[in-house]
Amino acid sequence: MTYFFQQSLNALQLGSIYALIALGYTMVYGILTMINFAHGDLFMVGAFFTFIAAVYLGLPFVPTLVVSMIVVGLLGVLIERVAYRPLRNAPRVSAVITALGVGLFLENFTLVFYPYPQHIPTLIQNTTWNIAGVSISSLQIIIILLSIGLMVMLDLIVRKTMVGMAMRAISWDKAIIPLMGVPLNLIVSATFALGTSLGAAAGTMYALAFPVIDPYMGIMIGWKAFISAVVGGIGNIRGAMIGGFILGTVEIMVAAFMPSTYRDFVAFALLLVLLIFRPYGILGKPRPQKV
Amino acid sequence: MIMDNTPSSTPVSKGHALVQQLKMQWDRIANNRKVFPIVLVVGFILSILVPRFGLVNEYVQLIIIYIGINIILTTSLNLINGYMGEFSVGHAGFMAVGAYVSAIFTTKLLPENLLAAFFPLVVLAGGIGAALVGLLVSVPSFKTRGDYLAIVTLAFNMIVKSVIENIEAIGGPRGIPGIAKLTTLPWTFFWTVLAILVIRNFVYSNYGRGVQSIREDEIASDLMGVNTNKVKLLAFTLSSFFAGVAGALFAHVLQFISPKVFDILKSTDVLIMVYLGGIGSITGSILGATAYTVLLEVLRPFGMWRMVLMPLMLVLLMIFRPRGIMGMSEFRWLIPGFDLYAIKYWRRKKEVSSGTPTS
Amino acid sequence: MALLRADHVTHYFGGLCAVSDFNLELESGELVGIIGPNGAGKTTVFNLITGVYKATEGSIHLDGQELVGRKPNAITQLGIARTFQNIRLFKDLTVLDNVRIAYYNWLKYSSWESLLHIGRYRAQEELYTNKALDLLEFFKLDQFADELAKNLPYGSQRRLEIARALATGPKLLLLDEPAAGMNPREIEQLMEFILWVRKEFGLTILLIEHQMRLVMGICERLKVLDFGATIAEGLPAEIRAHPKVLEAYLGEGGDQ
Repeated sequence: MTYFFQQSLNALQLGSIYALIALGYTMVYGILTMINFAHGDLFMVGAFFTFIAAVYLGLPFVPTLVVSMIVVGLLGVLIERVAYRPLRNAPRVSAVITALGVGLFLENFTLVFYPYPQHIPTLIQNTTWNIAGVSISSLQIIIILLSIGLMVMLDLIVRKTMVGMAMRAISWDKAIIPLMGVPLNLIVSATFALGTSLGAAAGTMYALAFPVIDPYMGIMIGWKAFISAVVGGIGNIRGAMIGGFILGTVEIMVAAFMPSTYRDFVAFALLLVLLIFRPYGILGKPRPQKV
Repeated sequence: MIMDNTPSSTPVSKGHALVQQLKMQWDRIANNRKVFPIVLVVGFILSILVPRFGLVNEYVQLIIIYIGINIILTTSLNLINGYMGEFSVGHAGFMAVGAYVSAIFTTKLLPENLLAAFFPLVVLAGGIGAALVGLLVSVPSFKTRGDYLAIVTLAFNMIVKSVIENIEAIGGPRGIPGIAKLTTLPWTFFWTVLAILVIRNFVYSNYGRGVQSIREDEIASDLMGVNTNKVKLLAFTLSSFFAGVAGALFAHVLQFISPKVFDILKSTDVLIMVYLGGIGSITGSILGATAYTVLLEVLRPFGMWRMVLMPLMLVLLMIFRPRGIMGMSEFRWLIPGFDLYAIKYWRRKKEVSSGTPTS
Repeated sequence: MALLRADHVTHYFGGLCAVSDFNLELESGELVGIIGPNGAGKTTVFNLITGVYKATEGSIHLDGQELVGRKPNAITQLGIARTFQNIRLFKDLTVLDNVRIAYYNWLKYSSWESLLHIGRYRAQEELYTNKALDLLEFFKLDQFADELAKNLPYGSQRRLEIARALATGPKLLLLDEPAAGMNPREIEQLMEFILWVRKEFGLTILLIEHQMRLVMGICERLKVLDFGATIAEGLPAEIRAHPKVLEAYLGEGGDQ
């Protein structure tokens, strides 16, 4: 039982990271119906800026987080402006392939400067408490609480602010809403800024929890976060959070109670089963087809 | 006005003239229907002569083999992503099945002295193995579409990789080493041409048109009587068959396979070649696969920057030519003659029948 | 026996009743119209007949064969074809291919023959390509045969959609607002066109339309839907004066 609680805590930690990344996928999808395949790599860039801020600038935890969120947020806006915006009216797959290209570019560009995995210095004094046999580290607590905090913040922004209202309106109808005076480009930029900076925050936290980073770390985690978004119902913000926690839990529990090589197999098989029963994810709604 | 009559007067018009010249040559190659038989015959003869007399070095021969394999992969994926309009991201999964099935035959089941003779059958077995799996994957496509089908293919790719990793008998995560190098230039040429012809034939048939109508409007297609499930099943099976063939050829030129070789990055490679060449175009797939493979080699001197330049070029191409090199158009000599001239034949027949005096 | 017979057809979207207790009997060769305000459930009736939706209750028979529960392509094969309210051509395919696709069930060759272009492939392709071109000529569209469907002018697209539907070889043709977006002169031509098509192809036609001019001009019988329920049916002249119809279109007291 203690083992189970211990693993639950790990699941919560991994799940919150997946959830943060999944939010970026889902927000962009909601607004542009485009899968931003470069998002996992922006997560990786976030981890690397944490590394840069910590090693070269010697910054402590909170400033490194802020630096990496701001830099990557701006990078996300820039990528949208330069690479995706010209393709907004092109066939949908062109934008997806462009995103794959941008992702590869980010990976290999980082690889040129950091061909070898890098170690992140300790940014948080990690104390471990032992409660009824379950060891809880301060790092885990910080990661979980911070992620939840960021998610609550995003939820508030989307539901309570003008920008958030505009985002929801545009995801409802991309053609009509701009005619009512909602500045589409500005809202898209804001979406990218928010989504990618959350991805960067996930990158920072991941780098703290698993302090060896490399340029290809974003691929697998990116795909898994994307799957989280789909499980929750792509385009649905709360769905992405739920999906992230589900996937985190499944992965940790499979690894805890079965041979760890089964982890991917079980995770993806579960995904397929879920899609059979709920083809549009947990919170997603089918788009009505008009005939 | 005068400037135009003196082509070499300025570098600008000189460049312009060159572009014109190139375009004319391009159109000549694209439209001349004699090109096809010439390519077939010359290509086949060369594929035998080149290795026998060492006309080009081993390295170039290897690149040519990879071009062939990539053409097979790209054309077969184009059937799903281009002609059917779905977004499959798991092509490497089918490739893995083909590679492993064939490699098990050549490393474990067949006696060594028979390998070369049985190689075509081994490749066929790889293709059939992949096709059976493709049949399975086509079932979710009956109900699921778009991004969700993309996820299904992605999950399929991951599951194949994961299953292979967990079977110790075929090497698990370490893979199968020491595969005989059986993929030769003539065999590559044969399978490449076969893949191109068969997929082209399919596209220019009742079923292929059904596949394309699904891309355009699945509901209308169903309502016009197209058995959408059947054509989807055919398209997935055919596509995965050739992915398996490519995998078998790949295994027997690389001589070592492991699950890692067939991960999502390999699928991404094929995707890039498809969209580089242009969707819904076999010509595009041939050109896209060739351009991508050759560019990767040409850029080798750039070292690590090569992999930075490649995606950059892809992004630029997508921005300035979102439909890829060919995008839904075809060299005339790749279109079956009957289909190309169908309207002309019909008109001529009309003229003849209306020209005859009515008694 | 009636060609098409719908008995007590009812359909719910979630809790919303889109069509309730719809009954219809179409004799061979008839031309019947369904009218009603927007959202009355007219297109839903078409979708129920053609199998896009499965009726929650009731039954629909064509020549005595049950349609409810069959897939759309199976129903098309039995002899029902339709057009769409908002044109749904295969836009990026040629005009010829649009029609050839509709011959899907007529072309008789196996998938193996299609892969290798052997056996019956050539003869069948030639036969149906020529049939498709004849059909296009009939509709004065043959000069556009190798154009992409999306490049045709609006009126030609409407005609192509009807040509495509006819290629499936239907007994019953369903037209969903064929006059949408046409001016009075074009509507006049369309009326003649519909009558001509019916005669040439020996069809039974059921159509949905808002243009009273067209409906009153060519339909032999009318059915009026409002909120999914049939509120009136009869000859055009009867419908014109029916109080319930006036109420549905003009609101309560609209007859004054």
